[in-house]
Amino acid sequence: MEYRITAPLDKSVVGRLRAGDYVWISGTIYTARDAAHKRMQEALDAGQELPVDWKDNIIYYMGPSPAREGRVIGSAGPTTSSRMDPYAPRLLDMGLGGMIGKGKRSKEVTKAIVRSGAVYFAAVGGAGALLSRQIKKAEVVAYDDLGTEAIRRLEVEDFPVIVVIDPEGNDLYERVRTEKTGIS
Amino acid sequence: MIREVEVGELTRQIRDMCIQVNHYLSKDMACAMETAAEKEQSLLGKKILGQLEENLKIAGEEQIPICQDTGMAVVFLKIGQDVHLTGGDLGRAVEEGVRRGYMEGYLRRSVVGDPLIRENTKDNTPAVLHTQIVPGDQVTITVAPKGFGSENMSRIAMLKPAQGVEGVKQVILDTVREAGPNACPPLVVGVGIGGTFEKAALLAKQALTRPVGEKAKEAHIRSLEEEMLEKVNALGIGPGGLGGTVTALAVHINTYATHIAGLPVAVNLCCHVNRHIKRVI
Repeated sequence: MEYRITAPLDKSVVGRLRAGDYVWISGTIYTARDAAHKRMQEALDAGQELPVDWKDNIIYYMGPSPAREGRVIGSAGPTTSSRMDPYAPRLLDMGLGGMIGKGKRSKEVTKAIVRSGAVYFAAVGGAGALLSRQIKKAEVVAYDDLGTEAIRRLEVEDFPVIVVIDPEGNDLYERVRTEKTGIS
Repeated sequence: MIREVEVGELTRQIRDMCIQVNHYLSKDMACAMETAAEKEQSLLGKKILGQLEENLKIAGEEQIPICQDTGMAVVFLKIGQDVHLTGGDLGRAVEEGVRRGYMEGYLRRSVVGDPLIRENTKDNTPAVLHTQIVPGDQVTITVAPKGFGSENMSRIAMLKPAQGVEGVKQVILDTVREAGPNACPPLVVGVGIGGTFEKAALLAKQALTRPVGEKAKEAHIRSLEEEMLEKVNALGIGPGGLGGTVTALAVHINTYATHIAGLPVAVNLCCHVNRHIKRVI
């Protein structure tokens, strides 16, 4: 199936998404990768508030290349999600609606996705120039000192992704691995 | 005759090479991507390869790096033994080239100075520099920025001689299978067999800089490359790891003599943005 959806996410829409669906996202999403996740974890451990309320929001695992003058952003493709696996369940339990990245997730993350009714999308790895065109605005909202790893708020239009893990826990990569679905 | 080469020339060349290689794929890679799009049998796989083609076009036309992970700069220098390098410290000249390339070329700064403290050096230095003294009076520079999505999925195995070629095949297949979608397929698979622990890894890295389509010189290695490409593609991982018949564009194997007791095998994976550029001065 193909869907056009908006972010922040509507839980009833997410509930219909299934692994393998092709989805275009429009609206507001946020970037965070390794260093930002580590810092958020430390903030939570210290009993502090996070810079973003993650409820129903999407985190895009991405650290852009610098924008040239007059441009919104540089190259902006997904990074490998599994490095964020140690941090993701906690954010999902706080209401995080979805994640965009690339690559496999741990069992713990899949369980947390099911538990919280969230979704994991993949964007095409290595298509950073193409994907940057769907980003209409970019603004650092926290951890500016982390450079490319700062948390950014992005306004996206028709940002193309594929559902990899749906709220029922179906996993597209797992299906490819066991059934070699692509070869028909 | 001793030929003098000013290290500032290396700085200028490396700066330009860092910028060029992050915006344009080399001809061999661009051709391999086109062929992949024709060969791929999965519809979704074809669609993804189409997007990657489009991505390459946009990168060149709009001067946006092909991938946001513009890598850690790996620089190979083959220095002729009749060359006298003048005008400063060679290592610093290389660093300066990388620094200027990444700062002036709007490339991402992805390097942390200490692997445990992890503070970004903010100019993508230091580079990883490999020098080799060779006959002649020329300097050959190869710049190969390496992204870490695929670097993280690379492996080294110290096999025992009894495991033989079957063991080598197993290591290659296991590495690609485990990487699955993480390393951004379609891949180029660089393999180093033989040498010592570090030599095998270096052979694998160098294998990635070989033009795609160029085969190994030794007949038995050439046929191993062909066999492994077929087997890797039969895994069905496909473009983006979403299923398909093109999991790798090429398998390149470099070999070296080794010890009677050992059979080191290193598998260095690279994504479809396999960047390498070579200049001779």
